[in-house]
Amino acid sequence: MATDKFQQIRFISPVGSVGGGISSAALEEALAQAPHFIACDAGTTDAGPFSLGMGIAAFPREAVKRDLSLMLRAGRKANIPVIIGSAGTAGGDAHVDWVLEIAREIVTEHHLTLRTAVIYAEQDKAYLKRLLQQNRILPLDPAPPISGSVIDSSSRIVGMMGVEPLQQAILQGADFVLAGRCSDSALFAAIPLMQGFPPGLAWHAGKVSECGTLVCETLGQGVIFTTIRRDEITIRPYGDGLRCTPQSVAAHSLYENSDPYLHRECSGAFDLTNSTFEAIDDVTVRIRGSEFISEPYTVKLEGAALAGYQSIIVGGIRDPHVIGQLDSWLAGVSSYIDESVSHVLGDHADKSSYSIDFHIYGINAVMGCLEPDPKHLPHEIGIVLEATAPTQDLAHKLAQLSRQPLLHYPIKEWAGSITAFACLHNPAVIDRGPVYRFTLNHVAVPSTPVEMFRTHFIDLCGSEKSCS
Amino acid sequence: MLLADIANLIRSKNAGPFTLTFDIMFADLASYRRVKDSGALNPAAFAKLYRCPVEEVRFFECENALAFKFSIPRPLTQGELGDGDMHGGQQFIPLMNLEIP
Repeated sequence: MATDKFQQIRFISPVGSVGGGISSAALEEALAQAPHFIACDAGTTDAGPFSLGMGIAAFPREAVKRDLSLMLRAGRKANIPVIIGSAGTAGGDAHVDWVLEIAREIVTEHHLTLRTAVIYAEQDKAYLKRLLQQNRILPLDPAPPISGSVIDSSSRIVGMMGVEPLQQAILQGADFVLAGRCSDSALFAAIPLMQGFPPGLAWHAGKVSECGTLVCETLGQGVIFTTIRRDEITIRPYGDGLRCTPQSVAAHSLYENSDPYLHRECSGAFDLTNSTFEAIDDVTVRIRGSEFISEPYTVKLEGAALAGYQSIIVGGIRDPHVIGQLDSWLAGVSSYIDESVSHVLGDHADKSSYSIDFHIYGINAVMGCLEPDPKHLPHEIGIVLEATAPTQDLAHKLAQLSRQPLLHYPIKEWAGSITAFACLHNPAVIDRGPVYRFTLNHVAVPSTPVEMFRTHFIDLCGSEKSCS
Repeated sequence: MLLADIANLIRSKNAGPFTLTFDIMFADLASYRRVKDSGALNPAAFAKLYRCPVEEVRFFECENALAFKFSIPRPLTQGELGDGDMHGGQQFIPLMNLEIP
């Protein structure tokens, strides 16, 4: 790969997440600046543990196909590699295969030929339990407890790969690298690091580029174009009205990171303490001074386990007498529900096997224990009752049995039968299906950077001409 | 004056499923310095607002971003039964009313 005699390397980050909606005009404009590669993240834990646990993506298939198609066609047009990481939101094997199927369709529809490296990141449980026995799974802070049974009970565990599996794929001639769970920054740092650019700059360039136009002063439709030289990074957007400013680029390091300066990766941490940010023109920022500290190699693990099946009831309360004694009234409702469940379902529903949770909107549903003002009583409250149980059938019945006490549990201020709860729906019970929880905040210590990841080469061929 | 009257953005967000992070950002260096020099924004003040041990509060001053940052362990892991804010985006409210002398 020619990189202007290794003096600089240029890349496009077309969008913060595959499926987020690439601006094709901005992509064309950036493509004219002769980038050396295109990379894009496709994953996040932001939406919660469901994607990882269930093995499905958070974005609609059509949205992923549109963005992937734009990137793959741009890559072929410019004859540069396209790197996608954390495929299908969670980067498990099912997620990667889902995106691979989409890529096959694109290749056929647009008559492309793509030497594709598919890198799987899902982890073998026996392998992880061996590492655990050897004290080679370490907790991050804060971390839930870990044991062999936590590994066994997880529906799916992925390892977050670093640059090395991506670099192997590129070295072996991949036009398209489709990776499972992967460090966002690594997608952009892999090729610059192969070319010997300083690691502090390579990693920081990836970090500031990976969220697309989120690094700009205001969010908008466009792509990010980044150049790394031996002693600096320059970053600019293409897209109407977009600009990077020293403050917007510096501030991006804060977003969704617990530490704005030190960013941990597999092979170490990049340190932005001494980074400087300066405007080159109205839209472009120069970064200097970012450093990298090598550390023993670790791979972050993410796991999700089935928490149960859920059914919910949504409604509200307007009666000031009920709102005025909400805590005691809800305690009464809860006891009544437990008694009903015991009478009706008996041994089928042991109290320790299910849970009924109330989310009280208007009081503390949003902030929970952090709510500073839980004593303030509004004129109306919203209630979501969540019944969670080992089976959907049981969760549904628990919610059904909750409806009557919610409706009619008495208060002393009113004589006779009351209806205190305004149900939103009929049927009142909504089945939510399986719900998951995160199980791991740990790192694994592998023997090599690539042993946890499996790379398959596939020649995707969309034309009559052979791919031999 | 209240922090919300000086800052141009106060936000909260997950930093991974196990951590909540809070950013307080300013439009200009004078506003940033005013809050910094007041000394009102510190781990102890944050711990009081969020009723958590001060040792769990991480605090950063980021002058080049005109921003302050706090990070704490999430009281409930993201998506755990009972968690009502999947993205952690609505946890910043107590900071709004912090008095800046």
